[in-house]
Amino acid sequence: MYDEKACKFMKSHEWAFAEGEVAAVGISDYAQKEISDVVFVELPKVGAKVEQGKPCAVIESVKAAADFFAPVSGEVVEVNDAIVDNPALVNQSPHGDGWFFKIRTSKPAELAALMDFATYQKTASH
Amino acid sequence: MLFIMSNSSLKRTPLFDTLVRAGGRMVDFHGWEMPVQFSGILAEHQAVRTACGVFDVSHMGQVFISGPDAHRFVERVNCNRMSAEPGKGTYAHILAEDGGILDDAITFCLAPERFLAVVNAATADKDFAWFQRQSAGFDVELDHASDRYGMLAVQGPNAPALVGEIFPAALALPRFGIVELPWAGETAFVMRTGYTGEDGFEVAASPAGTLAFWDVLLARGGRHGLVPCGLGSRDTLRLESGYLLYGADADETRTPYEANCGWVVKLQKGDFVGREALVRRKEAGFKEKLTGVRLLGRGVPRHGCAVWLGDRKLGELCSATFAPSLGTGIGVGYLAPDAWEGGIRVEIEIHGKKAVAETVRGSFRKNSV
Repeated sequence: MYDEKACKFMKSHEWAFAEGEVAAVGISDYAQKEISDVVFVELPKVGAKVEQGKPCAVIESVKAAADFFAPVSGEVVEVNDAIVDNPALVNQSPHGDGWFFKIRTSKPAELAALMDFATYQKTASH
Repeated sequence: MLFIMSNSSLKRTPLFDTLVRAGGRMVDFHGWEMPVQFSGILAEHQAVRTACGVFDVSHMGQVFISGPDAHRFVERVNCNRMSAEPGKGTYAHILAEDGGILDDAITFCLAPERFLAVVNAATADKDFAWFQRQSAGFDVELDHASDRYGMLAVQGPNAPALVGEIFPAALALPRFGIVELPWAGETAFVMRTGYTGEDGFEVAASPAGTLAFWDVLLARGGRHGLVPCGLGSRDTLRLESGYLLYGADADETRTPYEANCGWVVKLQKGDFVGREALVRRKEAGFKEKLTGVRLLGRGVPRHGCAVWLGDRKLGELCSATFAPSLGTGIGVGYLAPDAWEGGIRVEIEIHGKKAVAETVRGSFRKNSV
């Protein structure tokens, strides 16, 4: 599990959880509820370079498609194939088995600029 | 991610507050503030396929047609051969003079001189105005009753058991049958119809009667597996079952033949509005026909996705979604003749990439009705 209280958040509802120079990323509990029933996830490939705030994955629910914006810049070092085979994991456990991928961060300072959990909760809950 | 928020200057059905209390997530649907989902589209879809679900369809329109010429008028404004047998309804398309589809509707014969047309929400006013224009020379009275009626659809294999507890007489109804029954101090029209590919009923009653029916359904529905359902599952259920969505899959520019509904056209029944143009357009032939496609790999096709055969674009999808009962993406679109047969390998362009698919004729699954 990537304790949501220890995660950093984007306004666009992605989270990042730092483990040294690697950050696990995913979507927030609020986001999974809003998008509802995730039926398809397209992840970047291991080795891909991602840039903070740029789309790098696609999430599809029955009704809509949404872009996943990278919370930090760096290189993708691991992807969670389990959510490709079973997209419902994103709804069931957005901070656990529903994580998306891991990034070796190239600009660690970016992480500090993201919102902490308390601040994110205030923006996400209107 | 971007979320679409609903705005507040929309029409609401008599059930609005009840639906919000039941957990409905409200969205703008053609000017109506309606629930897209309650517990979730997948769960609601599954409930209708295996147990039962209830949908608020109060936004749909009702037009009563009565008088000595009522049946002759109904035949005139519909392209199908319309039942004149009290208690039976007929699905048909309402055509413009040029053969284009103005709406699709079920018209029920209530009595030899009294009919009820159940029409789409967004087209109800247009249909009524069209009926008025066409009624010159017919001894009929037209009554746009949409504001006086709410309507619920109870759908799924357990729907007969549940609705039968409340309206025992409903169990004797054949498919497309209708009966007017006492309800909540007034009467309700109980119809054995639906839009899900499952057995079920639609019940039209006054706003108060509709609320009372909802409450009784929810109170008794638990042991039948009843869940409140939104427009999201209504759409996945109907698309899997091969049903047309007017406004998305058909409009005034298309004839029933192109909409893959040639079976609702009965040229031999005699004259009707649009007949002459239909004959002419049919003889000239069509360049596109509404055709189903099913993805063979992963992905979710959407409205507007292009369909390709090699490097030739065959057309675009007008309705498309993830099909919960099939576990794959499906869609329908007006495609070139190369795709009209089933089982043809094509490609659907999704997010700029081509995904392999095959064409499908008719329903994507075996319907229960």
